[in-house]
Amino acid sequence: MKAKHQRLILALVALVALVGAGLLAASALRDEAAYFYAPGDVKAKGVEPGKAIRLGGMVVKGSLKRASDGVTMTFDVTDGKASVPATFSGIAPDLFKEGSGVVAEGSFDDQGTFIATNLLAKHDERYMPRELEGMSYNETTRELQVER
Amino acid sequence: MHRFANPARFLKIARPLTGWLFWSGLSLLLAGCICGLFVTPADYLQGQTVRILYIHVPAAWLGMAGWTGIAVSALMQLVWRHPLAAVAGRAIAAPGALFTAICLATGSIWGRPTWGTWWEWDGRMTSMLVLLFLYLGYIALANASARQGAGQGGVSNVTAIFGLVGAINIPIINRSVVWWNSLHQGPSITLRGSSIDMALLWPLGLTLLGFSLWFGAIVLMRMRAILAQNKVEARMQRLARG
Repeated sequence: MKAKHQRLILALVALVALVGAGLLAASALRDEAAYFYAPGDVKAKGVEPGKAIRLGGMVVKGSLKRASDGVTMTFDVTDGKASVPATFSGIAPDLFKEGSGVVAEGSFDDQGTFIATNLLAKHDERYMPRELEGMSYNETTRELQVER
Repeated sequence: MHRFANPARFLKIARPLTGWLFWSGLSLLLAGCICGLFVTPADYLQGQTVRILYIHVPAAWLGMAGWTGIAVSALMQLVWRHPLAAVAGRAIAAPGALFTAICLATGSIWGRPTWGTWWEWDGRMTSMLVLLFLYLGYIALANASARQGAGQGGVSNVTAIFGLVGAINIPIINRSVVWWNSLHQGPSITLRGSSIDMALLWPLGLTLLGFSLWFGAIVLMRMRAILAQNKVEARMQRLARG
């Protein structure tokens, strides 16, 4: 066996071991490295009140209500599996609206309402001109369709 | 590939290629930027802010492509002992780090008006920051070993191994928005198509190609500079020996 081939095999074995180690680490981190809890995770695992977490999901359409003081708002966050009520007082980012993604930082109170201290807007991977806004997006075919 | 092991033969091709890549890349990326700024419509949700996409995406792509280039040249250096591979790895590092930094900076500027934050420790942002630190580590290691006189202007084998090990971060960056909940949105352009509408997408093709050609020109320039430096050093040593 030529020295060149020995080096090639050594490099490939090292590379396979490295990728394996990386994937193992990544899968072990799968839960730990999550940036936020989804409402489904909260319902399934339970998060004790007062623990500082991030809650991420979609703002349920029709749930966003603003209090008379003008800065407090309540809304429901859902991930399709579960839905939790949340409240926030302060300035929300421009992209924060019903039917759109949100990541809220804060903690749950004893009644199970999420008290957010900061709101971040999360948008999806779609970009399109304003004229197409009324069209709906098909998740499986990744195509835009005219809403009927 | 060993046909190009002879620097004279490599330079004969690299010299005219540098100019071609530089000017075609520059004109394409300028055209893409101008079209992206003035021709395309605003996004339905983000408005004018979306235009930073035309710099952010090519920068991210080149930051990751740069390290992939470092890993490939490291493999060629370690296995086939290709003399130009070590030079190529060294040449890629600085522009790769620069584009990674541009990606992080434009992402931060983009994140403030859209997400409402300059920086968050989510999977995508953190793994991209790790890539920048890997680049800085690689450059430091390459410089340290060059000063000790390793190789002909290229990187030492230890640096090459570091380049190979660091490549594990590239698939992690790519998959970070799929594996973990993240603030950064999922991939827009996949094998199944693009969720960026064609009206907004086409200048991105121009800037992606333009920046990539430009990157190639910068790498060739740096490789030629390293080879010229070698020649100077060899001549100086000959003179010193008298």
